[in-house]
Amino acid sequence: MSLQAMTYLVVGLTFALYLGIAFWARAGSTKEFYVAGGGVHPVINGMATGADWMSAASFISMAGMIGYMGYGGALFLMGWTGGYVLLAMLLAPYLRKFGKYTVPDFFKSRYYSNTATVVAVICLLVASTTYIIGQMTGVGVAFSRFLGVSSEMGVIIGMAIVFVYAVFGGMKGITYTQVAQYCVLILAYTIPAIFISLQLTGNPIPQFGLGGHYTGSDMALLTKLDHIVNDLGFGKYTTAVPGSKLNMFVYTVSLMIGTAGLPHVIIRFFTVPKVKDARSSAGWALVFIALLYTTAPSVAAMARLNLHATINTEVKSGGNIFAPSASIRYDERPEWMKRWEVTGLLKFEDKNGDGRIQYYNDTSKNTEFLAKADAAGWKGSELTVNNDIMVLANPEIAKLPNWVIALVAAGGLAAALSTAAGLLLAISAAISHDLLKNMLMKDLTEKGELMAGRIAMACAIVVAGYLGMYPPDFAAGTVAIAFGLAASSIFPALMMGIFSKTMNKQGAIWGMIAGLGFTMFYVFAHTGIFYIHGTEFWQIFGKKDFFFGISPNAIGAIGALINFIVAFAVKNMTAPVPDHIAAMVESVRIPKGAGEAIDH
Amino acid sequence: MEKSQELYWKKVLGLIRNVLIVWFLCSYGAGIMFAGALDNIKLGGYPLGFWFAQQGSIYIFVALIFIYAKLMGKIDEEFDVAED
Repeated sequence: MSLQAMTYLVVGLTFALYLGIAFWARAGSTKEFYVAGGGVHPVINGMATGADWMSAASFISMAGMIGYMGYGGALFLMGWTGGYVLLAMLLAPYLRKFGKYTVPDFFKSRYYSNTATVVAVICLLVASTTYIIGQMTGVGVAFSRFLGVSSEMGVIIGMAIVFVYAVFGGMKGITYTQVAQYCVLILAYTIPAIFISLQLTGNPIPQFGLGGHYTGSDMALLTKLDHIVNDLGFGKYTTAVPGSKLNMFVYTVSLMIGTAGLPHVIIRFFTVPKVKDARSSAGWALVFIALLYTTAPSVAAMARLNLHATINTEVKSGGNIFAPSASIRYDERPEWMKRWEVTGLLKFEDKNGDGRIQYYNDTSKNTEFLAKADAAGWKGSELTVNNDIMVLANPEIAKLPNWVIALVAAGGLAAALSTAAGLLLAISAAISHDLLKNMLMKDLTEKGELMAGRIAMACAIVVAGYLGMYPPDFAAGTVAIAFGLAASSIFPALMMGIFSKTMNKQGAIWGMIAGLGFTMFYVFAHTGIFYIHGTEFWQIFGKKDFFFGISPNAIGAIGALINFIVAFAVKNMTAPVPDHIAAMVESVRIPKGAGEAIDH
Repeated sequence: MEKSQELYWKKVLGLIRNVLIVWFLCSYGAGIMFAGALDNIKLGGYPLGFWFAQQGSIYIFVALIFIYAKLMGKIDEEFDVAED
């Protein structure tokens, strides 16, 4: 069977599976449809949360980013897992005790004010929309490869499918569909990793393979990779840092606290049966997430190694990489490169006209290396490989069987579609329910509410799709910005709502405005106002990353700090919190008497 | 009641603090700040600092949540505030 036919078959089968389960579970219970995870065992709930969590950023984009960044890519790994520790201890059990369904509901009762709720909804919308932009980039990558079209076309087709998916989004809430999705995702991610780990190190467990010996040499795989990338003018794989250690530190903080501030993650912990379950659910979610996240570094390093070894045949043996015959001829390039060239995400430009592909770091600071490259007649790196294609291309580069390549495509599509649909639902609920129905148009009928939700969803898709075609960063980078926005606005307000009995509405409101405002300002200075290219204004500050060399993707942590400071300053200058609110905070702190989650 | 609730909250905060110390030391400490020095030690083919950053801290995070959940359960029982 041809690869394309196999891909259609596997993708078709997996989607039939999701739909089948959705249909079966739907007939079984309607309550489950509304209360995701209600009455479900923490292990199952954890698995479903894992599927919710693993989006295009984790599945499609992250390993490519880590492969490109090397050691410093760990900020994604630690950032997107460490946040669960915060979530489990600081938020999940208390939000569960609060007994509300959504984050805006929490703001409404804890901060006793409509203004606080509106500000919170705006923060959620800004963060979620940015998140979807990243997802749409991933959707574009997955669909362009799946259908053999350009990545822009991929985004447009993806937009239509995501919309349909989200409208029938009730099935998002069905836990067992997500369990199936998780299984497909994790198989699609680990099977190629196992194959490749076996090929390169003889060890079938990727987590051990990465620390193993490179087959056919006396060197550790990572040592070999260090040599290879160093020979090609890149920084050493095991020590390369993005910008500075300070930037890496702040970036990690931003992702961690952003995890604990994003609505679609938090929402699952509102509805577990007990406070006790809220604690262990976070643990189980992290177990299932960790399966992918501890595999990702192996995928990253091995894909990088294979990519270099494919393009320069002397890389593996450690021979003369500058010999003319070492670089492969363009007209003899492997099939996978041709397939990805169609999408426009892989580009070749024969700068020195020798008909061969030279792929190296032409902005290297190693003058000795540059001199050698110059002497060999290399006129600049000739291959542009979009980081977001690495995971999907990885099994093709490693010449794995067609069914593995097809499985990875199915996993990528599921990851991108499910999270994008989940976020769209969160956005539409925030606008139609929290903003319109509960505040601006109280006499809105149920039908009108549904309609408003759909319109909001369609608008969000069009905006996110357009911006996703020309994204501010790779998918994982864009999603990181979304985490920064959530970190700087929602997380501090939630924390103070639980851990400070005296925090009042004025403090929370001004804290959120200051934190989000600062973060948006800094991000937009680098990526353009509302991510529109050409409207960047970092120039007025003289250089990029002007705040202590911190990149815009990492700035959310600083925004959060500003949020806390402003909130406490304003609180001390304004009227104290009413007594009944302080009493409520007191009661939230003990699990007893949690009862069922209350509908609004 | 007031008094025991205060004590309960104090114990909870103490537990959270202890977990956060370990959480910080393995990720930000071993994985970022001291990664360079730890890299001199090898764990198989892994430099240790690199291992903490890309593998070890994730395992420790998982363990921390379960340890926290268990100890919290104990505190809840001790103060008789667990759900029925």
